[in-house]
Amino acid sequence: MNKNDTLFKTLFVGITLCLVCSIIISLTAVGLRDQQKFLKQKDQQSKILSSAGLLTNQKSIEELFMAIEERVINLDTGEYADSLDPKSFNGKKFESEDYSKDPLTSVQLSSDIDISSLKRRENFIKIYLYKENNNIKAVILPVRGLGLWGTLYGYLAIEPDLNTIIGLEYFAHKETPGLGAEVDNPRWKSKWRGKKIRSSSGEFKIKVIKGLINPGSPEKKYQVDGLSGATITSRGVSNMLAFWLGELGYAKFLNKLKEEIKKEEALNV
Amino acid sequence: MSKSRQVLLSPIFNDNPIALQILGICSALAVTSNLYPTLLMCIALTAVVSLSNLFVSIIRNQIPTNVRMIVQITLIASLVVVVDEVLKAYDYETSKTIGVFVALIVTNCIVMGRAEAFAMQNGPWLSFLDGLGNGLGYSLILIFVATIRELLGAGTLFGYEILVLTQNGGSYLGNNYMVLSSSSFIIIGLFIWLLRSWKVEQIEEPEFQVARNNLETKEAGTRV
Repeated sequence: MNKNDTLFKTLFVGITLCLVCSIIISLTAVGLRDQQKFLKQKDQQSKILSSAGLLTNQKSIEELFMAIEERVINLDTGEYADSLDPKSFNGKKFESEDYSKDPLTSVQLSSDIDISSLKRRENFIKIYLYKENNNIKAVILPVRGLGLWGTLYGYLAIEPDLNTIIGLEYFAHKETPGLGAEVDNPRWKSKWRGKKIRSSSGEFKIKVIKGLINPGSPEKKYQVDGLSGATITSRGVSNMLAFWLGELGYAKFLNKLKEEIKKEEALNV
Repeated sequence: MSKSRQVLLSPIFNDNPIALQILGICSALAVTSNLYPTLLMCIALTAVVSLSNLFVSIIRNQIPTNVRMIVQITLIASLVVVVDEVLKAYDYETSKTIGVFVALIVTNCIVMGRAEAFAMQNGPWLSFLDGLGNGLGYSLILIFVATIRELLGAGTLFGYEILVLTQNGGSYLGNNYMVLSSSSFIIIGLFIWLLRSWKVEQIEEPEFQVARNNLETKEAGTRV
């Protein structure tokens, strides 16, 4: 028998190896944690800024992000939940996703209303307001929903009239490169600018259609060109907007915010 | 050619892990739609395979033979976690797209194969070079595949526009098949064809030969 094959030697090698490897892994993980967190935050901030069209090369992301106000809102009442600190409000991937797992802080969605396949919806969510001289210039809302291969995570930025889209930017998705992943194509993203969410009578309209929009159609301000070869992703994007801008999503909050903005405008005049 | 030079260079063309041994194909299919993530994947795999070879070789005389594979895979898995963490800390954007494939380096046959076939029998320096050579051989194919796929699929190289796509107002209609993973099979096949036309000794002996249709005439001949 080989001298290495004794029971003692086997255990010794096994235990030493495990100890050494786990120490190395722990040291790397701890040593790099801050750097990773920093990059992740920067990535998210850049997407938030970019959805509202605020990203420029002249200023750093940190500097630009100073103009953004973070607020936590209660989706059930539509009011600000200022008892929750936005700074500590950090989920794993999506800022409020962890809350959506906990039965105490979320609601179950039945399959007929769960058009974006979220399964549960959190009660609290962090939103972003871009202000200039204390006036809201853009409202940035996190949205997520199922595409073809997995959940798309992104930010929707809207104008202070709360009906005009500034931009839609995804920061994580698993769609097919070249097809569904064209949600990241700057040309497609630019098509969202200026689109209207609801008609003047309040009916929910915004939609990604199949094919190209008809330039003569009166509906074109509510429509965005579909992604060719990615029907399911396109449908996922439409559904996600319908869900998050609907009653279970931000509708209550947006109604309250509209009142607030009107009041402020009246004061300013 | 000196021994170390040979160990380093032979896996690139003469004994390429993908083209000759047909190992480690899965990541060659999955991460090659764009050049930049492919390059990072190649660096990650090369780092893992050369370091795992080095460490396995250093402790090769201490490893009990009945648990040697467990020891190897523990070392490889630890290295992969370290590489993954480093990638997340320095390029978060790319790690989002290739992160899962970096984690899957553990199961890449090249890494374990080289540890078992080479590092267990050779000294640390040679083993390290062998790992490096195999990593480079793997990288060569991946970069070849990614160049073709990115250029024909998206019209870009490293994200720079070379052929302007019709959806961006240009004249090149992107080849959607190149965007899908299965196109890598065809490109790897073409690469192997090219390589074997150049290095004829790599052509395998056919496993069996179809008998020619002259059996009857032969038999008839014997009967007569």
